[in-house]
This record gives sequence, C-alpha cells and structure tokens, in this order.
Amino acid sequence: MTRMLVGRVLTLIPTMLLASFGVFLLVQLAPGDPAIAMAGEGATTAQIEAIREQQGFDQPILVQYWHWLTNALHGDLGTSITSGTSVVSEISRTLPPTLAMVIGAMVVAITLGVSAGVVSARRANQPVDTVITSASAAGAAMPSFWLGLVLVSVFALNLGWFPATGFVGFTTDPWLAVQHLVLPAIALGVAGAAEIARQLRAVLIETLASDHVRTLRAKGLAERQVVWRHALKGAAVPLMTVIGLQVSRFLGATVVVEAVFGIAGVGTLVVGAAQNKDYPVVEGVVLVMAFMVILTNFVVDASYRIFDPRIR
Amino acid sequence: MMTDNQTPTPIIAATPEAALASRPRRSRRHDSVVYQCLWGDTRSRLATCFLILLAGLAVLAPLTARYSPSAQDFEPFGGISWQHWLGTDDLGRDVWARLIYGARASLTAAFIAVSLALAIGVPVGLVAGLRGGWVDTVLMRIADTLLSFPGIVIAIGITAILGPGLVHSMTAVGIVFSPSIARVTRGQVLVVKERVYVDAAVTFGSPGWRIALRHIVPNCMQPVIIQTTFMLGLAVIAEASLSFVGLGVQYPDPSFGVMLQRAAQFVSINPMGVYPPGLAIALTVLAFNTLGDSLRDALDPVASTRRRLKGSSRRLGRRGARRARPGA
Repeated sequence: MTRMLVGRVLTLIPTMLLASFGVFLLVQLAPGDPAIAMAGEGATTAQIEAIREQQGFDQPILVQYWHWLTNALHGDLGTSITSGTSVVSEISRTLPPTLAMVIGAMVVAITLGVSAGVVSARRANQPVDTVITSASAAGAAMPSFWLGLVLVSVFALNLGWFPATGFVGFTTDPWLAVQHLVLPAIALGVAGAAEIARQLRAVLIETLASDHVRTLRAKGLAERQVVWRHALKGAAVPLMTVIGLQVSRFLGATVVVEAVFGIAGVGTLVVGAAQNKDYPVVEGVVLVMAFMVILTNFVVDASYRIFDPRIR
Repeated sequence: MMTDNQTPTPIIAATPEAALASRPRRSRRHDSVVYQCLWGDTRSRLATCFLILLAGLAVLAPLTARYSPSAQDFEPFGGISWQHWLGTDDLGRDVWARLIYGARASLTAAFIAVSLALAIGVPVGLVAGLRGGWVDTVLMRIADTLLSFPGIVIAIGITAILGPGLVHSMTAVGIVFSPSIARVTRGQVLVVKERVYVDAAVTFGSPGWRIALRHIVPNCMQPVIIQTTFMLGLAVIAEASLSFVGLGVQYPDPSFGVMLQRAAQFVSINPMGVYPPGLAIALTVLAFNTLGDSLRDALDPVASTRRRLKGSSRRLGRRGARRARPGA
C-alpha cells in the first residue's frame, strides 16, 4: 500500500511540472512587454531596462521558467502588479472563503446526490424516480450563479432567513459563518448533487440487479443493509470518480458564485487580476487551482484501492 | 496494383447498406439515428422544438424582438404588459428584445467555442491515435494536464491575455474544451484503425491521409458529435459565467450573462429581473443535454435494443415489461 502510494506520488511530479510550465507559458504568451507593464506609465527607458534585468525578462525562456519554478517551490510566486503585495499572501488571504464554499458545496452535493441517487435507483422507473431524474436534469442545466441569485432574492432579501452577502471566518463566529455559507453552498452544490445522483442511479441499478445482491437478499438481510452497506460499496469506485470531478467543477464555479454573494475569495481575486492584466496573480491562482485538482485526482485514485482491493 | 479509382470500395461501402436493406425492417424512418435523437420521445421533441424556436427567434431578431435592445425610452422596471412581454429593465429597455438579441450572442458564443474545440481537438486526437508512440504520449499528457485545470479558471487566464470580449473569451473556452474532444477522438481512432475496412484500404495502397480522412474520421465522429452536443450546453454556461464577471460580452451589448449581471445589481429592487435570462440559460442547456442524452441512446446499440424491447414489451403487457427490462 505504502509503496503503491509512493509510486503514485512520483507519477504526480511530471503532471505537476507540465501544469506549472503550462501556466508559465500562458503568461509568456501575453502580448506586450511585461517590463513596460510593471514599470507603469511614464517610466523612463532606464527604469524599464532595470526592471527587465531585475526580473530576468532578458534571459532565455527555460532559464526564466527555472527561476520561476525554484521560487515557486520556495513559496514565492512573485508580486502582484496592482497591489504590490506578494501573490502568496494574496492567495492565502482569499483561499479560506473559497475552500469553505467548496467544502460546503461538497457536503450539499454528497448528501443530496447520494440520497437522491439511492432513492431513484431503488424505485427505478417509478414516479419518484421520474421526479428525481427530471429534477437532476434541471439541476445540471442551471448555472450555479443564477441559482445563487434566485436563492439570495428569495431566502435572503424576501424571507430574510439568511444573510445575502459576505463571509465570516469560522474562528470569529462559527454560527454566523455557517449562516453565511448555507446559500453559497447550496448554489454551488446543487449541480454537483444532480451529477452524483445521475451517475449513482445508473451504477446502483446495475449493482442491485447483480448476483451478490440477490444472494444477500436471499439470506434475509434487511433491504437497508443491502443498499447502504453492500450495494453502495460496490458502487464506490464510480461514485468516488464523480465526487472527485465535482471538486474541479466547484473550484471553477466559485469564481462566479463568489461574485454573486460578494465573497472575497480566490475567484474574485483572479477575475480582478484578469481585468487589470495582473499576470503574476493570474499565474499563481491558476497554478494553485491546478494543484488542488491534481491532488484531488490523486486522492480519488488512492481511494479506488481502498474500496476495491482488486485495483492495483 | 489497382489505382484508387478502381478499388472495389463500392463493395466495401455497399456491404453494410446491402445488409441493412436485406434486413427486415419495421420503419426505416423511425429507426434512423437522427430521428431517434431529435424526435424519439417527448423530451427530445420538446428539446428540438425549443432549440428551433430559440434559433429562429435569434436569427430573425430584428423582426421578432419588436424593439431595439438598446432603446431606453420606456419606464424602468415596468411590469409585464402587452407592450412589454417580459417587462423592462433598470434603464427602461424591453427585456424581451434584450433576451432575443442576447440569445443571438449566447448561441453565437457557444458555436464559436465548440467549433474551435473541434478544430483543435479532432486533428490532435487523430494524429495522436494514428501515430501512437511518443507523439501520442506527449499530446495526451498535454491534454490531461489541460483537463486538470478547472475549465473556467484557465479560460479566465487566457481571457486575461487576449482581453475581454465575446470572441476572445469564447476562444479561451474553445481551447479549454479541446482536450476532451481530442481524448474522445483518439479513443475512437484507436478502435476504428483496427477495423477490416482500414486494413483493406491499406492493402489497396491508399495514401495515409486519404485513409484517415475518408475511412477513419467519418467513422470516429459519433462519440465526438455526442460530446459536441453536451459541450454546446456547457459553452452557453461558460459564456454566461464569463460575461457575468465582466470578461465576456461587454455591457451594454446584450447576452444572457450580461443581462444576469445587470439584473443581479438590481435584484433587491426588481427580483423578477433575474428570471428571464436565467431560465433562458437553463432551458437552452437542458435542451442541449437532452439531445445529447437521446443521441447517446440512439447510437448506443445496447440502449436502443433495450428501448426496442421495452417498446415491444409494452405491447405485451406489464409482465412482459418487467421481464424485458434488463436492469434498465
């Protein structure tokens, strides 16, 4: 097991290197001279030259990449052009709200998605199933930020059950934090729940028709045990795959959902940076998000081996 | 050695058709994939009707919109009335007119993104699948790396470089979508290139490019078309998302995303404003997804057999239906 994990971690390295090189290239492809952009308006030629030399823009691209990579590994992703603070501190400031939203959305997606999937698989082709299937088709088609807007207008502005905007850290006030998180988590999570329900339904129907489930039923095991303990375990590998895919989806969707709820997360950071052509910040955020997705894929991959010992 | 013109391709090409023709068939029209996909059941019929309606309204926008999308000569936040079918927005513009012109922009955006994804993805997948070896490894590694980024974030990154706007943002989305097209194409090429008719073409001395374009590409397209259909829906959401954060279509030009952004700013004054563009997005995406689903079913031999069994067992009565449903 440990050896397998070490092996998997080693295969992560080329992917991460390639991802980081992709991010690096992305910014290199940007039109215009970064030195001029950094120097700002009204800079003299000497100042621009100084920046070019200081930032190493005059060196070959692979050398520049090497510098950037070694700096990144030391936790230095450069400095934001607009705010002048380090990219790492910008990201660590904005990451907690985004992660809280993603985790909240995961909770919503998994609880809602798994229960809906189980119910509709057990009652396949019955009215309940039709309702759930239609609802998940609708859930998958709704843009999460629009759902967020609808939730804000109904539950925050009209009914006043939840705060409309903002984010409160868990350390400041846990209860208030949860209240602020409910609507964003639902807005993000519903699309994921729809996808999970849909996939789980398909897999579970097959599992429930399989021989080992028939044996379990024949020996008189309670249906609840059959479904929740045995059939769900058989469906764990595809289920984990879908859940893993949702992490990437949520990380992407937070970018827009944050705008709806006025939460200053990584998404808001990257959108602002994109509008101001603040390339180091864009670079840093894309890199961090890619690593989070790669890590999630790794965890999902490792979990296959726990749920299904046949996979080596 | 026979030249290409004399190759007995008619025999090879004709064989499946001949086989189809000799097969006893109930109704050819109802069995065709296109028919199944677009008109097979109630849901796909609704989806087809909706998309035709939307496209028709969008193409004929100057006739169907009734007002100019930028005309501000009405009362702001006017309710639904005979003059204004969906009311008016914050600047007193007709929401129906903006929705129709917005559909134009959003559908155009979706087609730009998906066409670009196909233009990049299909050749890359074809080369990777045909060449194999290190070319395949490198191309697919790059595709996988691109797939490991959350799509919208990398699209924002690319838009940051290209600058905002409909074409730029959708170019970014097209680039983001292309690796999954490449993956699907490659997977299919690996299957198709082992088929007997490809071996036959090789034996006849057809040049490689000709085999690729005439025999492999057309036979690889089914899963790509399915993927494309779902992608059109994803692209509509991508346009809306990027326009919503101000990187896509630029205000005051209408698009679904721009309308939502504007409505979001006034959601406390006019909560109904978020519904027309939001529902338009949701229904468009739902329609594309529905067509994708039914296309997948129509092209999947197992699913279509199952459906046929289900259809015939319905005639047999309920007991038959239960037996004939192999874990549907």
